[in-house]
Amino acid sequence: MDFLIFQVPMLTLQATLDGVLLGILFALIAYGMALQWGVMNIINIAQGDLVILGGYIAYFMYLWGIHPAWGVIVSPFIMYFVGVGIYKLVINKVVDRDLFISILATFGISILFMQLMNFAFGADVVLANSGYGTTMLFDNSVTLPNSKIFSAFISIIFAIGLVIYMKKSKLGRAIRATAQNARAAKILGVDTEKVYAATFGINAALCGVAGALISITFTIHPYMGLPYTIRSFMIVIVAGLGNLPGVAMSGMGLGVFEEFADYILGTEFRIGSVFLLLVLILVYRRFKLSKKREYLK
Amino acid sequence: MKINKIILSFISAIALLLSTSVTSFAKVVGDKIVLGSAISLTGKYSSNGVHTQNGYNMAVDRINSMGGVKVGGKTYKFEIIYYDDESNPKRAAQLAERLISQDGVEFMLGPYSSGLTKAIAPVTEKYGVPMVEANGASRSLFTKGYKYLFAVLAPANLYLDVAIDLAVEKNGGKPVKIAQAFEQDAFSQDVRLGILEAAERTGSKIIIDDKLPKELNDMAATLAKVKAVKPDVLVVSGHTKGALTAIRQIAEMKVDVPMLAMTHCDAAKLSKQHGKNSEYALCASQWHKSLSYKDKFFGGGMKYAADFTKEFGYDPPYQAAESSAALLVFKDAFERANSFDKKKVRDALAATNMQTFYGNIKFAEGGQNVDKPMVLFQVMCNADGSKCENKVVAPTKWASAKLIHPIPSWSDR
Repeated sequence: MDFLIFQVPMLTLQATLDGVLLGILFALIAYGMALQWGVMNIINIAQGDLVILGGYIAYFMYLWGIHPAWGVIVSPFIMYFVGVGIYKLVINKVVDRDLFISILATFGISILFMQLMNFAFGADVVLANSGYGTTMLFDNSVTLPNSKIFSAFISIIFAIGLVIYMKKSKLGRAIRATAQNARAAKILGVDTEKVYAATFGINAALCGVAGALISITFTIHPYMGLPYTIRSFMIVIVAGLGNLPGVAMSGMGLGVFEEFADYILGTEFRIGSVFLLLVLILVYRRFKLSKKREYLK
Repeated sequence: MKINKIILSFISAIALLLSTSVTSFAKVVGDKIVLGSAISLTGKYSSNGVHTQNGYNMAVDRINSMGGVKVGGKTYKFEIIYYDDESNPKRAAQLAERLISQDGVEFMLGPYSSGLTKAIAPVTEKYGVPMVEANGASRSLFTKGYKYLFAVLAPANLYLDVAIDLAVEKNGGKPVKIAQAFEQDAFSQDVRLGILEAAERTGSKIIIDDKLPKELNDMAATLAKVKAVKPDVLVVSGHTKGALTAIRQIAEMKVDVPMLAMTHCDAAKLSKQHGKNSEYALCASQWHKSLSYKDKFFGGGMKYAADFTKEFGYDPPYQAAESSAALLVFKDAFERANSFDKKKVRDALAATNMQTFYGNIKFAEGGQNVDKPMVLFQVMCNADGSKCENKVVAPTKWASAKLIHPIPSWSDR
């Protein structure tokens, strides 16, 4: 235990800001997960691996001399087709089955992706340099890397863009209709198969954006996907499906929670504390639910 | 139906092919000494696994082309059987078992990483098979009383303690304040032990002692604390990802420390990935090409580096150099033992006292090499940061450049 963070107010501010910026990025990944979970009732364990794959796309652009920030445009394009491909190959066969089968299937995809990325890109830890510099506040005592600010900004833009798209476009309406009641939508002429493929593609595209941002703020590695899956799962559990403001709030909350856990408990408990929180929330939800049931009885 | 038939015949053809091409190996076949090694060609250690394999192969070719190994008046050539351990300790132990009991290998070369060496050592020990390893530095390998394990490299606890001595020296002999962050794996924790000992020896104080997780990619919290408490030295060890993350975030957060010491800068290709931001970092290395050790097979370090680059197309990291040295040790031991008896070879290995291009090699009771100090190099760049080089700054005997201390603050860089 280390309470230095509370003795130095600047550290508290630093941790909060870091957490919020980080949380916005997490929320973007979680939003994709919530979307396809809500529409297709599939929990995608391979979410984090799609993120990492998106990161590699930006990294390769960087190697070819293109600024990695362009990755946020290119990566979702490529990832959209990767997502649709995965849907056509695997997900469409498990979409109506129970949750357990879809978890197994996406778990398999996750392992496959990890190994393929390792095989194709090597096991080295890599990163792309944006050269964005740093914003310094309060006489240099709080530092915010511009790449993190850039990430949060881009994440917000994509999230808003998606919300508008869902509200206004034909496909967006079809997706929302399918999420509400797939059978009814089908009867009313919505091609649900197409909607599912597009939803999975959009989710992968969001992962692509997030991955490109992660490659310029942190590091990427074929085996680093799982923590991102866990975080987005956690955010969606807390926020509930189809609740975008909730996803954004719980994303930022998780970011700040992680940063504080990092300062107080130590970096080694950072991911561990997320798991712990997840267990606590699940137990709490179950407790609340059982109370409700009793009441009904 | 037809397709089924085709598939069936294809599979049986492959099965036939496999069954005919399996030949039985033994320790020494004709004029060949067969060594075995489980090595990480896939999985998370695959890059360093390949460096290790390249190092082994280069030494095998060189020794074979320069007269081979002379035992009992006859000349033998080295040959290595490799299996891919998939960076998985369990698999590595199985493969060691297979190499020894099925393939009849009686002399082993080590895998990559402390973890995998730890998995294999009990197997080689059980069969009394001498193993010379070049990539397992964890101290715990050398405290278990293994009799058949020999490591050409210096143990992990010696990686960075030199840096603490250096910091104390620069501080006018007065104790220093140390901030440290180590990953929680066998290797990094051993590096940490070395620092703790050095701190005690010099009376220095450890003011931050963070542990880093395996899935590390953000150490902003540690660095913010470092910024707040202003230590004299910051020590980071968390393999490649630790080195890369630390440099990125130190530069982004403008953390000023007088001295920054790390491991795995070579493997992280630090200066290549980070350019001028990596400047002034001190890095522990088992070997550097500018060291003046010599042997008759590779000449010196510079010659080795040039030959290696010619053959494999990249600068040799120390992982490759130490792997090559392992073969030189085996050759020397076979010739001194003048026999292929495992026990005799083991005794000859234990009595090794030689110089290779990689450094002096002499094994302690536990099997670790005690005759080769670690070197520290500092990343130094030219004015516009377009070219960065690793220059040895300690120990003084091999220094090719003077240590830049303290590191200029970010506002002046």
